Amino acid sequence: MSEHNYQPKSKFGKWFNDRLPLLTLANHLTDYPTPKNLNYWWTFGGILTFCLITQIITGLVLAMHYIAHADLAFSSVEHIMRDVNYGWLIRYIHANGASMFFLAVYIHIFRSLFYGSYKAPREIIWILGIMIYLLMMAAAFMGYVLPWGQMSFWGATVITNLFSAIPLVGESITTWLWGGYSVDNPTLTRFFTLHYLIPFLILGLVVLHIWALHVPGNNNPIGIDIKKPSKDTVSFHPYIVVKDLFALLLFLILFAFFVFYSPNVLGHADNYIEANPLVTPAHIVPEWYLLPFYAILRSIPDKLMGVIAMLSAILILAALPWLDTSKIRSAVFRPLYKQFYWILVLDVLILGYVGAMPAEGLYLLIARIGTAYYFAHFLIILPILGKVEKTLPLPMSISEPILGGSLNAEPARSKENSQKL
Amino acid sequence: MSDQKKVNRRDFIYTASTVVGVVGVGAAAWPLIDQMNPDASVKALATTEVDVSLVKPGQSITVLWRGKPVFIKRRTENEITEAKAVSLTELKHPEKDEDRASNPEWLVMLGVCTHLGCVPLADKGDYNGWFCPCHGSHYDTSGRIRKGPAPTNLEIPKYEFVNSNTIKIG
Repeated sequence: MSEHNYQPKSKFGKWFNDRLPLLTLANHLTDYPTPKNLNYWWTFGGILTFCLITQIITGLVLAMHYIAHADLAFSSVEHIMRDVNYGWLIRYIHANGASMFFLAVYIHIFRSLFYGSYKAPREIIWILGIMIYLLMMAAAFMGYVLPWGQMSFWGATVITNLFSAIPLVGESITTWLWGGYSVDNPTLTRFFTLHYLIPFLILGLVVLHIWALHVPGNNNPIGIDIKKPSKDTVSFHPYIVVKDLFALLLFLILFAFFVFYSPNVLGHADNYIEANPLVTPAHIVPEWYLLPFYAILRSIPDKLMGVIAMLSAILILAALPWLDTSKIRSAVFRPLYKQFYWILVLDVLILGYVGAMPAEGLYLLIARIGTAYYFAHFLIILPILGKVEKTLPLPMSISEPILGGSLNAEPARSKENSQKL
Repeated sequence: MSDQKKVNRRDFIYTASTVVGVVGVGAAAWPLIDQMNPDASVKALATTEVDVSLVKPGQSITVLWRGKPVFIKRRTENEITEAKAVSLTELKHPEKDEDRASNPEWLVMLGVCTHLGCVPLADKGDYNGWFCPCHGSHYDTSGRIRKGPAPTNLEIPKYEFVNSNTIKIG
């Protein structure tokens, strides 16, 4: 690889780089050979980096005004909204930023699922990604507790009570997490501390995630191994940088829409009522990004089993590189997997919907079917599909289907059809 | 002869120093872990005395004990009969009503759903007792779980009648 022989031009650059090779790193990141056929689904890595930095900066600013105390937290948030210069803007960016972060991460994860980006040799990238996702959920949950509204308080109560399902030590663990016999001031202060810490842990994992990515290089929409650098690749800068920035601009339009026009549409009105340990809101619902897992939790009538199912639903993703037995990465060449993929997407959306609905009657039935299908997809369908599916022939390189044209048969055929019509 | 695996003095030193290291790190970590457990000021609020002289039959009051709601319900004759009539085989978590309310007129229990800790609503649900709105657990007039995901009956805290009008919880 060329960057190992990189020599800075200036004398000072050389002197510095011999002592700390930051310029070699910068050169590697600039010249990093990237598959030239990456589509817009690949821009979400950059968008997610933006989201993380935004959350850290706005969070830092909010922490200058927020007071982590059960008696003061709620009014300090109102103080941010009403008195602090641009406080409303910063808080709305932070609150909606969490939703945007999850939106982007779900697209990022489902892109990996479609194009088989989790398969060898990218398993470690994938597992680091799942760890980031878990930390994101922890950070989002604790952040939601900080305004100390009704949803904050009862959401914290419900989630921390999940640990009480653990046999024998469950009660002691929840008491330890709370620092008391219920969610109270000690819980709030420690959640604030952890909410402050976790983004930096995520940042560390993101560095590892990108490092692990730069070892094999990016997967690509046709999922074949490519020579690097070659006519199949372009340098990261300026090609990918500009494309990522353009995608970021489009994403920011959506972001700005929520911040400026519907800043509370993704939240719950109940959280504008101060926490009251004597009254549970009639309908406790987590934030939208946790709803599918919430539906899985509620679909199982046993407390411990429900908690296990919910955690398994997330952790099963870490085992995905070994559950999917197919050697072909991209769904483009897997006609059956492509169909099951879209059924899974639909299944997760349905679980999200029933997670927001009361857990009874038809909703409960749908949640149970959805949960069963979710696990069946990973534990039954994927292992079998890899063995029985007849996949389409893979092109030799990225350039081949474009220049040769022969393997691009499907779009060509549909063009013929449309001409006939 | 020297190829044979034999415990020598160096192995012993490795093992012994590792053990000392692990114990030392563990001892140093414990204060950092235990600081999260309930502190002295939280434990100091462990008992609450409640005046129940104004509670009429059929009424119920909710008081805060250790940050949690406690339901104090003065049950009617009907509710007591209903609770006593249930056979233990019908129950998910079998407990006799007599064991839950030593004085059958007074039912004192934590208003915390044993599923995930929400506060159940009174006089709701399929068994005329309590209903948890979070995940749909139904409790009967003795606070026993009858339907839904909660694993156990509503918990009875330690309490006693200090005199006929005052209950001391904790």
